[in-house]
Amino acid sequence: MQDTLLSINGLTKAYPGVIANDNVSFDIGKGEIHALLGENGAGKSTLVKMIYGLVSPDKGAMTWNGAAFAPPKPSAARQAGVAMVFQHFSLFDALSVAENVALGMENPPKPRDLAARIRQVSEQYGLPLDPSRDVASLSAGERQRVEIIRCLLQDPRLLIMDEPTSVLTPQEVDILFETLRKLKSEGTSILYISHKLEEIRALCDHATILRHGKNVGTCTPAETSARQMAEMMVGSSFATPEARDVQLGDTVLKVTNLSLPALDGIGTPLRDISFELRQGEVLGIGGVAGNGQDELLMALSGERLSQPGSVAFQGRDVSQDGPGARRLPGLLSAPEERLGHAAAPDMSLTENGVLTAGHRAGLVSNGFIDWGKARSFAEDVIAKFDVRTPGPQVAARALSGGNLQKYVVGREIVQKPDLLVINQPTWGVDAAAAAAIRQALLDLAHGGAAILVISQDLDELMEISDRFAALNEGRLSEPRAVQGLDMEQIGLMMGGAHDMEVAHAAP
Amino acid sequence: MDLSSISPILLVASIMVSATPIMLAAIGELVVEKSGTLNLGVEGMMITGAVVGFAAAVNTTSPLVGFAAAAGAGALLSLVFAILTQYLLSNQVATGLGLTLAGLGLSALLGKPYEGIKSPTLPKLDLGPLSDIPGLGTMFFKHDIMVYLSILLVIAVWAFLKYTRAGLILRAVGESHDSAHALGYKVVRVRMLAILFGGACAGLGGAYLSLVRVPQWTEGMTAGAGWIALAIVVFASWRPWRIMVGAYLFGGITVLQLNLQAAGVKVPVALLSASPYLVTILVLVIISARGAHGAPASLGRSFHASN
Repeated sequence: MQDTLLSINGLTKAYPGVIANDNVSFDIGKGEIHALLGENGAGKSTLVKMIYGLVSPDKGAMTWNGAAFAPPKPSAARQAGVAMVFQHFSLFDALSVAENVALGMENPPKPRDLAARIRQVSEQYGLPLDPSRDVASLSAGERQRVEIIRCLLQDPRLLIMDEPTSVLTPQEVDILFETLRKLKSEGTSILYISHKLEEIRALCDHATILRHGKNVGTCTPAETSARQMAEMMVGSSFATPEARDVQLGDTVLKVTNLSLPALDGIGTPLRDISFELRQGEVLGIGGVAGNGQDELLMALSGERLSQPGSVAFQGRDVSQDGPGARRLPGLLSAPEERLGHAAAPDMSLTENGVLTAGHRAGLVSNGFIDWGKARSFAEDVIAKFDVRTPGPQVAARALSGGNLQKYVVGREIVQKPDLLVINQPTWGVDAAAAAAIRQALLDLAHGGAAILVISQDLDELMEISDRFAALNEGRLSEPRAVQGLDMEQIGLMMGGAHDMEVAHAAP
Repeated sequence: MDLSSISPILLVASIMVSATPIMLAAIGELVVEKSGTLNLGVEGMMITGAVVGFAAAVNTTSPLVGFAAAAGAGALLSLVFAILTQYLLSNQVATGLGLTLAGLGLSALLGKPYEGIKSPTLPKLDLGPLSDIPGLGTMFFKHDIMVYLSILLVIAVWAFLKYTRAGLILRAVGESHDSAHALGYKVVRVRMLAILFGGACAGLGGAYLSLVRVPQWTEGMTAGAGWIALAIVVFASWRPWRIMVGAYLFGGITVLQLNLQAAGVKVPVALLSASPYLVTILVLVIISARGAHGAPASLGRSFHASN
C-alpha cells in the first residue's frame, strides 16, 4: 500500500443556486496517477481549485502528508508542492516562453539561468521548447508544454492536469504519457482530469467519479470498461452513434487548387488544396493544431475570400462570396474558438442565434429582427442539444465551455445545412454530450447533407467519418476511406513528408 | 517674415521645456495602460496637479513642495478613478472622461484666488563646465531639475518593465488578467498601484506647466496637453523610449509654431495654433493604419474575479 499524499475529507462548496461539491472525499497516494472523472458541471474544476487554493471550501478538510492543508492562495499551494496545468491555458501571448514560466514560479532564477533550466528540463522529459519564442507563435501542443515545464521546474509533489490531451495528436499524447509515467516513477503524484476514458484506462491507477458534485464511486480503470465508467459518470446508459449505410449523392463542395497566404504573417498558408465532398458524406480532417485548420475553415466559410474558381458549392463558384452569401444557400460553418469567434461573448444566446441563423432560419425580415422567432429558435437549440442554461437570455460568456459548444454546434445543425464545416465539434464536451453531437452530425449526413469535420480527436474522426485526410503545413493529404486505416498510416498522413517531432520542435 | 529671428539654440532649449509636461503625463499613462487600464482622465489630473501645485508653491514659496503637492493631488484624483473602475467595475472610458470634466471644473474653482499671481519657479541647474559649453550648454544643460527627472523617469520605467519581476507581473496583468489571476497575482492591486502612479505623473506634468513653463495659473491652461499625452502613448506603441521621441516631437511642433507666429509667417495664426493637434491626429491615423502594435491585450477590460 502506498503512503497517502493528499487526503480529501468531506469537501463541500456551494455557489448561489448550485452545490458544486457535496461532501467529496478521496485519497491520492504518493507516486499515484489518480483520475478525476465527471461530466461538465460535475464539480471537477471547483474541487481542483480548492486543492490549488483559488477557492476555499465551505466545509470539510484536506490533509497533506498527514498535516492539515488549507491553502489560502495559489502561492501557498505551490509552496507545498501542488502544481497545475490548466485546461484553458493560463498563458500570456505577448510574452516569451521564459517570461511565462517565470510568472508561474515563486522565486524564478535569473533570466539566463532560467532559459538554461527550461532547455534542460524540456530535454529531460522529451518536451522540446525554445525559451525565447513568443507564446503567440506556438501551437496548442507547444503551449501545453510551456505549462507543464512551468510546473516541473518547481519539483511538484502533486501535478494537477485538467483535460491535457484535448488538443494533442496521438504522437503528442504518447509523448505526454511517457513524461507522466516518468514523473510517476520519480514519486510525483498526478491528479488527471479527462473525459477520454480510454486514456484513463491506459494511464491511471485509480479513478474517482463525480456526478452533480458528489463522489459516486471509485474504481481501478484498468479493470473497468470505458463504458462502465461512462455510465457511472452520467448515471444512465447512453447511445453510441449507430453505424449507417452511406448513400452518396451529387457533389456538394468542390475545392480546386485552393491557396491562401498566411494571415498577417502568423498562422499557416494554405497550399494547393483540392478535394470533393458529396451529399451524405462525412470527411474528417485531422492534423496537429496550427497546420491550417483555422485557415481552411475561414476559406470555406467565406471569412477569407480565395482566388475565383477555387471553391464551388453546389456547382456554383462561391470563392468571392462572403459568409452571409454562403450561408443563405446552405453552406454553414462552426469555428473552433467558442468565445469571440463562434459566439459573441457578451451577447445573449438569442442574439447569438440571430447572428448566424438570421436569414436562413427566417428570423430577419426586411431588415428587422423577429425577436419572438429568434427566442424560440434559441429555445429549440437549447432543448435539442441539452444546453444547461437558465434560458436564451443568458450571455454566451456565462455558459461553461462544454455547454456553449453544444449551443454553437446545435445552432448550425438546427438550420439544416447542405454543407456543414465544423472545427473541433466536441472539444471540452463530456462523453454523453459528445456522443449526442456526433449522432446529430451523423443524422444530418444521413439526411443528405455533406459534412466536413476538422478535429484533433482521431477517435472521433474514425468514428464518424467516411473518408479521412490530414493537414500538414497547409497541405491536405489525399483523402482515404476510413475503413482499413490504422494509426500508423494516419500518423504518416499527419506528418506529411516530415518526421513529425522534428517538424514540430523546430523554432 | 523673418525666419532668421528664430535661434536654433533657444529653439532646442525651449523644446526640452515644452516637452517635459507631456512626457511626464505620457510615461505615467503608459504604465497605467500596460497594466490593462485605460484612464482617459489624464487632462483632468494634469490640470488639478497644475492648480494644486501652484497654490502649494505660492503658499509655501517652495516650488518643490508645489510639485509634491501636485503629485499627491493627481494621485488622489486617480484614486477616485481606480476605486470606481477596479472595485465598482464602472466603464473605464466613461469614468475617465468624467474625471477630465471633474478635474477641469475643480481646478477652475480652486484656482480662482490664484489668478494673476506669479509663482516661485524652479532655478536652472548649473551643471558647471557642461553648462558652459557654447550652444550645447544652453540647449541641453541649463534646465531645471524636472527636465532631467522626467528623462530619468522614462529610463526608470523602461528598466522596471524590462528587467524587474514586478514589471513582468504588471505586463502580465495587462496582457491577460484572467491568466494572471489564475496564477495567483492580485490583478486589482497591481492596477490600483499603476493608476496611482499614472495620476502622480500627470499631476507632476500639470505642475510643470503652471510652475515652470508659463509660470502662472490660468483656467484651462493645460489646453489639451493631457489628450496629447494619451495620443503619444499610442504613438509610442506602448514603449517607453518612444514616449520620449513622441514628447519631443510634439513639444517641438508646439514651440516651432510659436516661433513661426512670432516670425510673422504668412499662415493663419489659428492654423498654426492648431498644428500640434492636427499633427497628433495625422500621426495617430498613420499609426492605426499600420495596425495596433503592442497594445496590451486586456486594455480597457474590467476584471472581476468570478469563477
